[in-house]
Amino acid sequence: MALRRVIIGLAVLSTAVLLVSCGASGGGDKAGSGEVKGDITFLTNRTDLKTDGTWDKYIAEFQKIHPGVNIKVEAITDYEGDLKTRLSTPNGYGDVLMFPASLTPDQYADFLEPLGKTKELASSYRFLDIRSFEGVQYGIALGGAAQGVLYNTEVFQKAGVATLPKTPQEFVAALKLVKEKTSAIPLYTNYKDGWPLGSWGGYLVAVSGDPDIQNKMAHDKSPWKEGSAIYVIDSLLYDTVRSGLTEPDPLTTNWEQSKGDLVTGKIATMMLGSWAITQFQGAAKAAGVSPTVVGFMPYPATVNGKQYVPIGGDYNLSINKNSSNKATARAWMDWLLHKSGIVEAQGMVSAILDAPLPANLSALQGNGIELLELGAAPVGDEALFNNIAAKSQVDLLGPIYRQKLVDIARGQSSGDMTSYFKQLNSSWGATVSELAK
Amino acid sequence: MSVVTSGSASAGISGLGNSEIRKKGWSRRLYRRERQAGWSGRSLLIGGGLWPKLTPYLFVAAAVLLLLLLTYLPAANMLWYSFTDWSGLGPIKKVVGLDNYFQVFTNPHIFSVFGVSLYYFVGAFVQIAIAMYFAVVLSFKVWFSNFFRGIIFFPYLINGVAIGFVFLYLFQPHGTMDTILSWFGMTSPPQWLGDASVVNFSLAGTSVWRYTGLNFVLFLGAIQSIPPTLYEAAEIDGANRWQIFRSIIFPGIRRIIGLTFILSVAGSLSVFEVPFIMTGGANGTSTFVIQTLQVAFNYRQVGLASAMAVVLLIIVLIVSWVQRKFFADDEVDLT
Repeated sequence: MALRRVIIGLAVLSTAVLLVSCGASGGGDKAGSGEVKGDITFLTNRTDLKTDGTWDKYIAEFQKIHPGVNIKVEAITDYEGDLKTRLSTPNGYGDVLMFPASLTPDQYADFLEPLGKTKELASSYRFLDIRSFEGVQYGIALGGAAQGVLYNTEVFQKAGVATLPKTPQEFVAALKLVKEKTSAIPLYTNYKDGWPLGSWGGYLVAVSGDPDIQNKMAHDKSPWKEGSAIYVIDSLLYDTVRSGLTEPDPLTTNWEQSKGDLVTGKIATMMLGSWAITQFQGAAKAAGVSPTVVGFMPYPATVNGKQYVPIGGDYNLSINKNSSNKATARAWMDWLLHKSGIVEAQGMVSAILDAPLPANLSALQGNGIELLELGAAPVGDEALFNNIAAKSQVDLLGPIYRQKLVDIARGQSSGDMTSYFKQLNSSWGATVSELAK
Repeated sequence: MSVVTSGSASAGISGLGNSEIRKKGWSRRLYRRERQAGWSGRSLLIGGGLWPKLTPYLFVAAAVLLLLLLTYLPAANMLWYSFTDWSGLGPIKKVVGLDNYFQVFTNPHIFSVFGVSLYYFVGAFVQIAIAMYFAVVLSFKVWFSNFFRGIIFFPYLINGVAIGFVFLYLFQPHGTMDTILSWFGMTSPPQWLGDASVVNFSLAGTSVWRYTGLNFVLFLGAIQSIPPTLYEAAEIDGANRWQIFRSIIFPGIRRIIGLTFILSVAGSLSVFEVPFIMTGGANGTSTFVIQTLQVAFNYRQVGLASAMAVVLLIIVLIVSWVQRKFFADDEVDLT
């Protein structure tokens, strides 16, 4: 009996292994060859849109055009975490999926279906570069967001900040006014949750006005020198923490709670993207405050009289390379991009070039403010910036090294800004000489 | 049991007196019955063939297979990864030999976090002392002793994540801890997590709170396995409680104490849950395991992280071995 079970078990196991290896070697049909019908699975990080029935609504509309299509939506709370393991099974990550952030550009082709030549797509879409490798596109952003500063308009008024700060010095001065005149925490870093600190790396474009700044940094052996983009960003963080303009105990910050605290005037500013505006307006409604308290301004830096607002794609849509129903997958993806109206509903910057800006950003254009997208890395260097950040363990787009910077500024870790920047330069520089050609 | 009954019944019916024949008939009948039931394999049991020898192995096979599949195979895989520069996704690009190990031992940053383990190591002694004290006290006849045993063991049953969150609220500025302290006149308490000179004590304290129950139960079980006649004899001889502890209880549970030490040291080297949930390793609370996790998933260097894990495994093995030397596993004779 036991033996039989073991044999059956082994048989099942070996079949599974066989199937997996088959799938890995050649599975999936060619995109565009099939008809638009049958079942597909859609993996998304937007659990909220599943709970409130938005996805079901979209699917019903899609089915009106393409009857006979069934779309199963899997909304995953820990999207990146789950995807890391699911990617190891060829058919384990659905047919249409949100682009897994853990893939490095040189891995795109191993997992995802090419969507076309980047050059050709560039005439109709924004935000292509980040998901392009060797001229081939593997993901198209569902929408995008602008990186800036969220602030409480009433707190600024109360503190007497009449004009929005346009340089780091003006910003610090404004925060000092807030501290003096109100009881609000001038700048909330969200140190404990970490990722908001990681997004500070996104301001490189704002501070330099240079779309190629990441690539330049990837070849710079000592980027933390006075006046450089990353120096401006990190020294602003250091100075605000040092002057006590941030939360008193950063170890106990709480992202969910911080939304309510900003709209009720307990927090004055937070460094965030425009994607957060709708969430904060929601928090305002929940707290019984007018949603107009949520203001959005460009990062306080001016280059040659201009302020740049970095815009970037949010989650990209992509298609599993091993999908057995690529035609339907592509149809669903295109429909979401062009016909669904999800971008307007979510207040995102549309990935389609001709589409108008969302209402929450239209006020930004003009007044010497320009939206600027991160440029493409040269062919062959697509993964370089990220690889240097990983190898040198200076996670430029992650929280760890900035948390340490905050600790140093609070006097809780040894050293000062100069010594820490020197240390960062040596780690970064050593990796640059190792990896950059 | 039933086989024997049916055998003797059949013998009775066929009326065979000769025991030899009876035995034969018994086995043949049994054979037929087994055939009918479809247990062809079992019939060999009587003949003493291959199957009876195999049976125990088959029972063990399921467990061994799972063990191999879920423990040893991943461990072997990890060992293999540690010789590569794998990023955690996609194919393995390059075999780098001992490079990763070289990095583990030459990068001072990697080993410096073992300093944090010292807090938990000291915490482990506190934990053993508390656990032993309560185990000894509650092994005597005390009012509500079962109730107190339950209370002390309870934290160990709670999920580590839940404990992390509970203590996070406890340690918040103006949180539970500060409120209670203010009743006793302590108006300016430190930031329990925000102050780098305090945070590791807070975390080690949380860890002690959580694991005291486990040590307590181990000690209590060991104490209760000491024959009660020894206590009686000691009391008749006029020994006091301290003398009973020193001469009977302590030597009686020496082995368990040794085991607890090994667990504590291994535990303090590989602390993970409490600091990871409460601080994420920030503010100088990073431990070796948190660092390994960050190297693997934040810095995408699974190869290096695997090497770190292997090194940790070897360190724990060495520490356990050294400890076994000190606490030699000699038989304790209480009489």
